[in-house]
Formats: sequence, structure tokens, C-alpha cells
Amino acid sequence: MPIRTAFKTEIEHVSILDEHGQFDAKLGAGLIPDGDVVRLYEHMSICRHLDEVAFKLQRSGRMGTYPQNMGQEATSLGAAYALDKTDWMVPCYRENCGLFWRGLPMEYVLLHWMGDERGNAIPRELFCMPLAIPIGTQMLHAAGLAWAAKYRGEKQIACTFFGDGATSEGDFHEAMNFAANLDLPVVFLCQNNSWAISVPGKIQCSAPTIAQRGLAYGMHSVQCDGNDVFAMVKVVRDAAKRAREEHRPSFIEAVTYRLGDHTTADDARRYRDQAEVELWKTRDPLIRVRSFLKERKLWNDSKEAELRERAEREVSAAVQRAEGIEAPSSNDVFDHTYATLDPQLLTQRETLRTNSLGQESGRRPSHAQSGGAH
Amino acid sequence: MANLTLVQAINLALVQEMERDDRIVILGEDVGVNGGVFRVTEGLHKRFGGHRVVDSPLAESGIIGTAIGLAMAGLRPIPEIQFEGFLGPAYDQLCSHAARMRTRTRGAFTVPMTVRVPVGGGIHAPELHSDSPEAIYAHQPGIKVVMPASPYDAKGLLLSAIRDPDPVIFFEPKRIYRAFREEVPEDEYLIPLGQARTVCEGEELTMVSWGATVIQCMQAIEKSGRSIELIDLRTIYPFDMETVAASVRKTGRAVVVHEAPKTCGFGAEIAARIMEECFLSLEAPVQRVTGFDTIMPYYKLELEYLPEADRIVMAVEEALAY
Repeated sequence: MPIRTAFKTEIEHVSILDEHGQFDAKLGAGLIPDGDVVRLYEHMSICRHLDEVAFKLQRSGRMGTYPQNMGQEATSLGAAYALDKTDWMVPCYRENCGLFWRGLPMEYVLLHWMGDERGNAIPRELFCMPLAIPIGTQMLHAAGLAWAAKYRGEKQIACTFFGDGATSEGDFHEAMNFAANLDLPVVFLCQNNSWAISVPGKIQCSAPTIAQRGLAYGMHSVQCDGNDVFAMVKVVRDAAKRAREEHRPSFIEAVTYRLGDHTTADDARRYRDQAEVELWKTRDPLIRVRSFLKERKLWNDSKEAELRERAEREVSAAVQRAEGIEAPSSNDVFDHTYATLDPQLLTQRETLRTNSLGQESGRRPSHAQSGGAH
Repeated sequence: MANLTLVQAINLALVQEMERDDRIVILGEDVGVNGGVFRVTEGLHKRFGGHRVVDSPLAESGIIGTAIGLAMAGLRPIPEIQFEGFLGPAYDQLCSHAARMRTRTRGAFTVPMTVRVPVGGGIHAPELHSDSPEAIYAHQPGIKVVMPASPYDAKGLLLSAIRDPDPVIFFEPKRIYRAFREEVPEDEYLIPLGQARTVCEGEELTMVSWGATVIQCMQAIEKSGRSIELIDLRTIYPFDMETVAASVRKTGRAVVVHEAPKTCGFGAEIAARIMEECFLSLEAPVQRVTGFDTIMPYYKLELEYLPEADRIVMAVEEALAY
């Protein structure tokens, strides 16, 4: 028999609470206590409101470019809920919901997009890395953070987030290869939202699933409904267990959709069909959880109205904190370049001029006065 | 005290520092079982084990990117990039992340790592094994750049680099890896980063160099028979302008020597700073003896490209005759 099958596999797709509100009672049993489902729904709603407010802040000139998270709330939230509080979260820039669940105050993200580095000065005890702008590069940091935990014999793991576009980057492959071959406890969580700015997913990956890419590195890979917070909790919990107990990385392709533009500087109408957007609006992660809760008498219209008020109150307070922060001093440009500033940086900070000679005009060495160079 | 080559001095520094600090992890291509292609990490894998001396996948961005994660988590990684020509794939991680992390997080996260990289020409190596990219990284705020020119300095500088709270690129001039030996103390000593070494004192002219070309400068000084003060920068960024300026104010003339291309080479920065700070002391324009603004040639022509002693002597004579 000259030809045999050397390797055969399949990719599972996990869905628990689908877009029609159908709940898989077997898979979903005991996954999230009812009280927590309520909290998760409330949290997603508040994040959605922040997203709307941030958009308006940009449009009214009170904030710089901002990438809306709308439609993708369940993906990072499910992950944050499933992870331990001391596991590293290594985000891209569309994970507000998960970062806030971990405890990152909302004004940090606002400050970041308001052009203020203080938004990245994240307290270490939150174990969140700041938003990463270059695509896919942060995945290697997650591998390193997880590696350090393993080196010290700690149970901590790292979960890193990235989009479908990032799966084309070299660092994506290097990070997965390092993690798989060096047995690093990492969860690679791809938010496949169909669009990398204007470029559709098929330009990034022509295989039927992105999840296959994880498989190619020899790690467990799964696809799930990224708009289903129950599915997210399950797959991340499974992956986290595998990382913690076996030091094996996992790959998760969470299928979701970017309901908004790439950022406030983008106009998605230029490149995508409105019908597609309308379809995905019906798959909104908030709608299905709300009907889940209503069916179980855990939610009603008056609670919804109260939540609306709470969201407005909390977001408005966060905006006030972000806008009310004292202006940064010009020294801030210099002070964190190195732990200790070298003489040249001190001179530049002193004069705020790169063209200062740092010496008094008219000063003449003695030999010049006696007829030397002029 | 032992008589060591540059390779042995670096190896000794690594061994002693790894004994002292268990946060140190070495990672890179062939650094483990094989001891590195130049044998700089020889014996470390056996001594400290595969969890501290790690043969990584063949991926430079991956090596630096994971080292950044290790460093941010509180370890002290020492990644090796096998040759300077392969720094390219790691440029993004070095400049977009390692260099910026302290600033962009206002000090919440830092990257204390030392990237060891063999550098420069003169060993008849294949292409992309002989370049001198130190100015590229000196131009990137947030990174420090070091290049020793002797075994003694290599040990003292490497210890300072490893203990530095910021990312350091430690360039090791491969032309002098085994070119000569020097007494290197067993005992610990640190050479502070940013401090130049006056190799020899002189009155007529100041010569500034770093790395392997310090040797060519010494040969040139002997050939010229002139009274020349030779300064080995040792650290390219931050560099010791105080020592350079004091010397130029004394001699009135300066020649800068480096292997890298002339345009935007680090010699340009030194010449500009001499102009800013020693203008009225200058008796002649600052001369630069450097590689050319060409691609580093294959090795049959590499000695045409590298600043050898005769070329340096010509510049000295020109500066003195001005």
C-alpha cells in the first residue's frame, strides 16, 4: 500500500446560545451561573454605550481616532470571564469589554485614544498589556509572558487577542511556532471579524477555517461563535485548562463581525455590502443574551431602563475622569525614555530644543582669543 | 586573572552573571547544545540546563518578541541574534516594542534585556555576515548600543548591559573575537555604559573609534609616528561626548573611524557634536575614515572597504596639514 493517510483531522465549531436564542442545555449546563449571565449582559451593554459615546467624542473633536468594538463584545468578555484574574491578557485594540471586566478603568482606554500615554500605565496587578497597534506583534509578547510564568513554576497563563488580518503576519506564525515547540501556556484567540480595514478574510486565508492554522503548529484548535458568550467561556476555559495543566497552547477562531467602521477614520460603506452588515446585526451578541435572560424571567424592561441609566452615568463619569486629568508636562516627553536620562537627553529636556548648543553664546576658548580660529 | 580572548571573556561574564542571577535566560539559534556558532555560549547549556539556555526556533522576530515578554514579566533575557545581518526581521520588535515600552506605558512595563549580536567584517564571511548597523539602532530612542573593543572591556560592559534596566544591543566585533588575548580578572567589575576609554594619550590629534577598528587605529597611530589621543567610545548610545570634547579642545583636530557606511554613520553625529561643542578649538575639519556608501562587498574585496591603517594614516596627515 504505497499511499496511506499520514494525518487526518477535523475542526469543531462550538455554539451554545445561537443567534436565534436557541440554547444548548447540555453544553451550556452549569457553564455560567444565572447571576453572572446578568452581570455579563450588563457589562456588554455598558461597553456598547461607551463605544457610542467614544464615537461621538471623536466626531466632536474631543478624542482622536477610535476603533469601535461594537458587535465583538462577547469575544473578549467571554475570555476575560473564563481566565483567572492573574492570567495575562495581551490585547490588540478591540477588546475593551474583556479589559474592563478584568478591572481596567474605562478612562484608560479613552486616554489612550485621546493621545495620552497615561492610558497605558496599567497597574501591574491587572495583568493586562496595553493596546497593541502594530498587527500581530503582541502575540510574541504573550508567548514570552507565558514562558516566564512557566520558567518560575507558576500556574499563570497568557491569552492573546488578534484579528483575522494578523494571521497573515510573520509574528503570528513565529508566536504559534514558539509556543507549540517550547510548550508555552498560551491561548491564541483570533477575533475573526471578516474585515481587516477594507480587505476581506479570504485575502488573509484561503483555507475553509483560520483554526486550521493552529492545527498546523501541532496545537489544539477550535472554531466557535464569537458572538456567543457561552461558547466563548467554554472554549477559553478548555484552552486555559490545557495551558495550565499541560503547558500546551491552544488556538481559538472566534467568528464575529465588526459592526462599525475599522476606526472613526474609515468609511466601511466604500467596500462592504450593507446587506451583510444588516445580517450580522441580527447576530448581535447582546440581543441573544437579553432574550435568554427574559425567557428565564431574569430580565425585564424596567431593568433595561435602569441599566440604560447606569450605563450613561458610568460612561459619563469615565469621560469626565479622562477629560479632567491634569495636562501632561513637557518633561513627560523625556522622562520615560530610559530609567536614567543621559546628558544629551537632559540638555534637550532643559532647552526643549534639539538645536541648542547647550553653551553660552560669545564664549571663547583662550586660544581663539589669541588669534586662533575665527 | 586569566589571559582570555573576547569570546572567552564574554563567556566568563555570562557564566558568572547566570550564577548570580537566576532570572537570566539565554535564547537564540544554536546557543544551546552547540554553544553558539562562535562558541560564545559554550558549556552554558550543560552547566545551567535547557530551561535557562534555550535553543529557539529559527526566527529572529520570535526570539526578540518572546524575550520582550520574558523581560516584561520580570526576567532578564539575553537573546542572541546569530549575525547582525539577521537583525532585520527583529527590527520591528526592537524598535516598535522593546525601545518604546517604557515610554508608552509611562514606566509601568519595561524591557530589561541584552541582545547579543556578532557584528562587522574582516573574517571572510558570506554575505550579510559582515555589516555594521550600529547607527540604525543608536538612532532609535529607548535602546542603548554597546560595542567593546577588548576582552577586558567586553566583560565589564556586558555585566553593566545585563544589569541595565533598559534594552541594550551588545554588538560583538567578530573580527577580534579571537584576534588577541588580554588579562581578564575573575572578580566582578562593571564598566559603566556611556563611558569612553582613552586608549592612549596624545597632543596633536584626537581619534575616535569603537569595536574592531580600534585595533586599526592603534596600528595607524604607530605607523604615523604622531602624538595622537585615541578614544574608544565603548558605548555608541549614550556616548561619552565629555571625553571626546575635552580631548578635541586639547588637540584641535579629530578623525573618526568606523566600519559602517559614511552617510549617517555614527561618525556624522560625532562630527556634528564636535562642531557644536568645540567649534572654536578646531584647527581642521573633522575627518571621517569609514566604510563606503555601498553594499558591504563579499570578502575578496572586504579589506578595500574596511578602514585599514593606511587609510587612517592618510586622514591623519591631511588633518594635521590643514
